[in-house]
Amino acid sequence: MKKRYLIIALILLSFLSLFVGVSHITPMDLLDFKSEETEIFLISRLPRLVAILLAGAGMSIAGLIMQQLSRNKFVSPTTAGTLDATRLGILVSMLLFTNASMLEKMAVAFAFALAGTLLFMQILDRIKFKDAIFIPLVGLMFGNILSSITTFFAYKSNVIQNMSAWLQGDFSMIMKGRYELLYISIPVLIITYLYANRFTVAGMGEDFSKNLGLAYKRIVNIGLILVALITTTVVLTVGMIPFLGLIIPNIVSIFKGDHLQKTLPHTALLGAIFLLICDILGRVLIYPYEISISLMVGVIGSGIFLYLLFRRKAYA
Amino acid sequence: MIQVRELSKFYGKKAVVEKVNVNIHRGKITSFIGPNGAGKSTLLSMVSRLLDADTGEVLVDNDNVKKMKSNDFSKRVSILRQSNFMNVRLTIRELVSFGRFPHSKGHLNAQDIRIVEQAMEYMELLDMQHEYLDELSGGQRQRAFIAMVIAQDTDYILLDEPLNNLDMKHSVQIMKILRRLVEDLGKTVVIVLHDINFASVYSDRIVALKDGRVVKDGPTDEIINSDALKEIYDMDIPIQKMNNCNICVYFNS
Repeated sequence: MKKRYLIIALILLSFLSLFVGVSHITPMDLLDFKSEETEIFLISRLPRLVAILLAGAGMSIAGLIMQQLSRNKFVSPTTAGTLDATRLGILVSMLLFTNASMLEKMAVAFAFALAGTLLFMQILDRIKFKDAIFIPLVGLMFGNILSSITTFFAYKSNVIQNMSAWLQGDFSMIMKGRYELLYISIPVLIITYLYANRFTVAGMGEDFSKNLGLAYKRIVNIGLILVALITTTVVLTVGMIPFLGLIIPNIVSIFKGDHLQKTLPHTALLGAIFLLICDILGRVLIYPYEISISLMVGVIGSGIFLYLLFRRKAYA
Repeated sequence: MIQVRELSKFYGKKAVVEKVNVNIHRGKITSFIGPNGAGKSTLLSMVSRLLDADTGEVLVDNDNVKKMKSNDFSKRVSILRQSNFMNVRLTIRELVSFGRFPHSKGHLNAQDIRIVEQAMEYMELLDMQHEYLDELSGGQRQRAFIAMVIAQDTDYILLDEPLNNLDMKHSVQIMKILRRLVEDLGKTVVIVLHDINFASVYSDRIVALKDGRVVKDGPTDEIINSDALKEIYDMDIPIQKMNNCNICVYFNS
């Protein structure tokens, strides 16, 4: 898995993504700055591409950090309740402030995402039976409990319709002015890279970290804050994208190992590529309609997830 | 010298380690022995700051470890516990490089790289430096961890049951390496052992624990005798002299 090939693939797919869609746009149209095509390009197509790239890279990195810190290959925002906690946070923000601004929503959702993930890590600490499959199952149950709480209160206050917008990840609603929150992923990715070595050491356990003089608890907390930030921005702008944070780091780990400084660029690139492919397929398959991204990723991703599970069994 | 003073650890009301006083001498291998639950690992964990002591103090070359910054401490004392994080996919070279973490924070300079390579050479791992840890045998993996500790370059190396899950050949190999670390590089090694014959053959001093207390502490010759062993293990263990080694024949006693 060469970085060079991933970059080439990413550029080709990005180009493809920009020129696939209901309104026919060719690169030549863009030469005329005032044309309707250019306008669509700038308001819809380009933001969509940027959103896909940032969400894909961000969610994959979030998954990578979680897997490293929990020392379990099957922990990710999907399987640790982070996504569900975020959604509960969005509901709370909607109920508390009726006309919540994006930043208010963001703050409340972030607090919930962080609290949910911390709670899951606490549960992890207390589980004696550390089976690799058992832990994500606990996480999924935990997530479902949060999710049912969300549904209950959403139903009670008649915002089910509103909430479902955040249940289904969807890039078709991405337009200029509605995705910029995602740019928070960029500094987060940079911080992750700066902390890569520390996360790798922390991934080898508390004793191991302490031996090397690393402030283990602090690093874990920083990691979880980064995860919560990425997840919140993605859920708020795009919606839930399941499995991405689970499968991408696993695929990269098989080929490149677990040294974060080495695997971070690959994970970010592959995450963006995978999401782009899913998005393009979703737009093409039932053209001129669209299949939502969470459905596409869910179907393809769960297939790959099953493959990883069986592969692991064969090796165990 | 590491001085352990009145060190205690309680779980609830039960003392796992109680008022332990031990001196660990420089340039020697000291083995901690004793029955299961004697508090050997707990004591080692407290000396290495993995665990906070409830009472007492530990001095490393007269510095109180509680007052040392964790980064400074990790340049002077290293600890290897039973390694149970085998699901991390790192190559040998990557792992050994992390031994330089306290010195370099992950940005290795030319000197760090040289030390890492020397450590791998010392442990005869250079040929396989790019292999992943999860694909190695138990003995190779243990050697990789010891190489990491060598790269960490601390005066004191503490090991908690490093022979666990190793066969005879690899156990002997590891013990010989530890011996060389002491003799060639002037390190001080403290090791928790289950097999008293390894302790007898390879260590300079033995500290025997029982029920959280030190029952014997002295040069190996003074501890490896039937009377002392009776006190430690409640077993009548005859000692046989073979090739200048004192072997405890405990299998049918």
